Amino acid sequence: MSSLLSSASPASLRDDLQAQIHLMQGKRGSERSLPVLPSLSRLVPGGLRPGAAYSIQGSMSLAMAMLAGPSRDGSWCGVAGLPDFGIEAAAGFGIALDRLVLVPDPGTSWTQVIAAMADVLSVVLARAPERIAPAEAARLGARLRERSAVLLVLGPWPQSEAVLHVNGYEWSGLGQGHGHLTKQELELEVALRGSSRRASVDLADSGAVEFSRHRMGA
Amino acid sequence: MMLFQLEAPERTLVTWFPDWPLVAARLADALPPGVPAAVIAKGVIAACSAEARAEGVVRGLRLREAQTRCPELVVCAVDPVRDSREFEPVVSSLEERTPGVEVLRPGLCAIRAKGAARYYGGEEAAAGAVLESADRLAVEARVGIADSVFAAEQAARSTSELSAVFVLPPGSSRDFLAPFPVEVLGQPKLASLLKRLGILTLGEFANLPAADVRARFGAAGITAHSLASGQDPRKVIPRTPPRKLDQQAEFEPGMDRVDQLAFQLRATADTFVGDLQTEGLVCTELRVLITDEAGSRSERTWGHPRHFTASDVVDRVRWQLQSQPPAATSGAGGVSRGGLSSPVTRVEFVPVRVDSIAHHGRALFGDGAEEQIHHGLSRIQSMLGHEAVVVPAISGGRLLGERRRLVPWGDALPTGTAALVTRPWPGRIPDPQPATVFASLIPVLLLDANKEKVRTDHRGGLVAPPMWFCPGGDPARRRLVAQWAGPWPLRQRWWDADHRLEADRFQLVDGNGEAWLLLLDEQNWWAEARYD
Repeated sequence: MSSLLSSASPASLRDDLQAQIHLMQGKRGSERSLPVLPSLSRLVPGGLRPGAAYSIQGSMSLAMAMLAGPSRDGSWCGVAGLPDFGIEAAAGFGIALDRLVLVPDPGTSWTQVIAAMADVLSVVLARAPERIAPAEAARLGARLRERSAVLLVLGPWPQSEAVLHVNGYEWSGLGQGHGHLTKQELELEVALRGSSRRASVDLADSGAVEFSRHRMGA
Repeated sequence: MMLFQLEAPERTLVTWFPDWPLVAARLADALPPGVPAAVIAKGVIAACSAEARAEGVVRGLRLREAQTRCPELVVCAVDPVRDSREFEPVVSSLEERTPGVEVLRPGLCAIRAKGAARYYGGEEAAAGAVLESADRLAVEARVGIADSVFAAEQAARSTSELSAVFVLPPGSSRDFLAPFPVEVLGQPKLASLLKRLGILTLGEFANLPAADVRARFGAAGITAHSLASGQDPRKVIPRTPPRKLDQQAEFEPGMDRVDQLAFQLRATADTFVGDLQTEGLVCTELRVLITDEAGSRSERTWGHPRHFTASDVVDRVRWQLQSQPPAATSGAGGVSRGGLSSPVTRVEFVPVRVDSIAHHGRALFGDGAEEQIHHGLSRIQSMLGHEAVVVPAISGGRLLGERRRLVPWGDALPTGTAALVTRPWPGRIPDPQPATVFASLIPVLLLDANKEKVRTDHRGGLVAPPMWFCPGGDPARRRLVAQWAGPWPLRQRWWDADHRLEADRFQLVDGNGEAWLLLLDEQNWWAEARYD
């Protein structure tokens, strides 16, 4: 150990130690975050942070939209535990199907499978398990940070970076016996780093998001 | 030309297996034995059995004409691959008796007669040995021996069932060939031209001076001329017998546990991959045959996105065994986890598709991300099974479930999937597509104002507009229908009992704001997808 210390320059040693501290604290300032679709860029400012888990509640479309950003950017994505995943809708959001891997039934060893997927895939979308022990979730979180993977959970998740909760849908295009669905608008509540705000998002639209912000807590 | 004439003629033994396409079809169980049968190529008879010949069926007859002459004729299409495949054991058996066999085409092979004649003590004896080896496999063979390959082939073809060997004495090939018509040269254009010039037999053609033949007919003509003169310039080039690349392992007594079997197979898999590597090959598609004690066989072909390593091979055996439902536990004790329905006695690995190892070399600094992804996903496959990790693709179809095609990681997409997508598919739902497409349809109920099930009349219109929607199929827990559209008819393949579909689609938004895609078949309501 002493020879190692003496051979490395103090500056590089300091950088290494800093990186290790950051790793253990879950902060990765230098790491590039994964992009999100323009319609979501104000919900998740700065993109998806590698090593973090995001909880999405109540909408598969929103989950697909979250997945679409990194996938368009060239990342490999995985979907676990969702046998009903509509791939045509996914392709419609811009998810590259040739870089998408599905594990429709992860079976009883949920954490192991998700960890194995996170080892090699940049973003993993998974249905939340029935229940998960906090210790197990923490272990998975450490694994995610180590591999710089993003976990999107469809359902509640104990240690999530942000919670996107869909309160309601607004559909247009359909009448009484005529028309067809054309546009979906989501009413959602975003809890991000201690603050909570409401927003409505048009997923088909690539631009403006209307906020009616009201700060809660800090 | 002078060069060939200076050399002493090389005695050649040609073995001809009459009607080989038919024999091959019978060996491959494509045609039944003992009945009038024929192999068809482009609508005409390519080969027919003796029973069919007795009824007046001959080679070159149109199928319809042949069927008039012999109504009970059983036919199958010609298959060059099958012919070659079935010929392989015949050649191997021949090589055991007389090495140095050249396969001219399936059903016809040539051997240099000199060595065999010296070993067996005479050309007739050598021919006898060849016939014996064919007899062992119960196939009919004829042998001709002459100074050239062409003459020997003609000699073999002019034998009969009773005297299966025809030996032309040295130097007599030219006289033997003289009366044959020019068609036997196998060059229809040249034969037609020669006939129009008044040259009808090989003898007349051979009598022309070689220089004149070259001037008039060119290179093809001069080859044909030397054939006709009994001086085939072709030499017998013996084939190098291919190395056997398939591997097998036998177990006595049979293995009844998957983990035991996998352990035992590791060495065989290593040899299998190692042998391929020494040949400079890697296996990209593998067939695994498993035979158990009860005599039942399981056969499956596995693909690989890169190439098989020894542990991949063992994994495929494990998956193949695990995908079979084990039979009910029998006798005392029962079968533990990982047990098989019947002990495995034999496992065979056959390389179906191989590729040059040079195409699969590793880059100096590794193959980067894709390689890692493959390893990671293979690990999940070995945890959960081959079908657990899938790659999606959009396919053709009217129902959303049909349009979603999931292929196990490593397997190739079925051919034609991409072509199916581009077809028009009338009745397709307008964008946006639903995000949740149920893997199997979910029974639901749609009721009108009188709490009656909503139906369509015989003209496809609605009897009454929908009022209540019950997502669980339970009329007690109903939601109000907020907006709806339909019916959008889906009618397909009314002539096809298995794929016919007669249904109507509805889109609706219920009172909770959820949007659904519903399907009404003859009787029942189903939820096909949800927009969420």
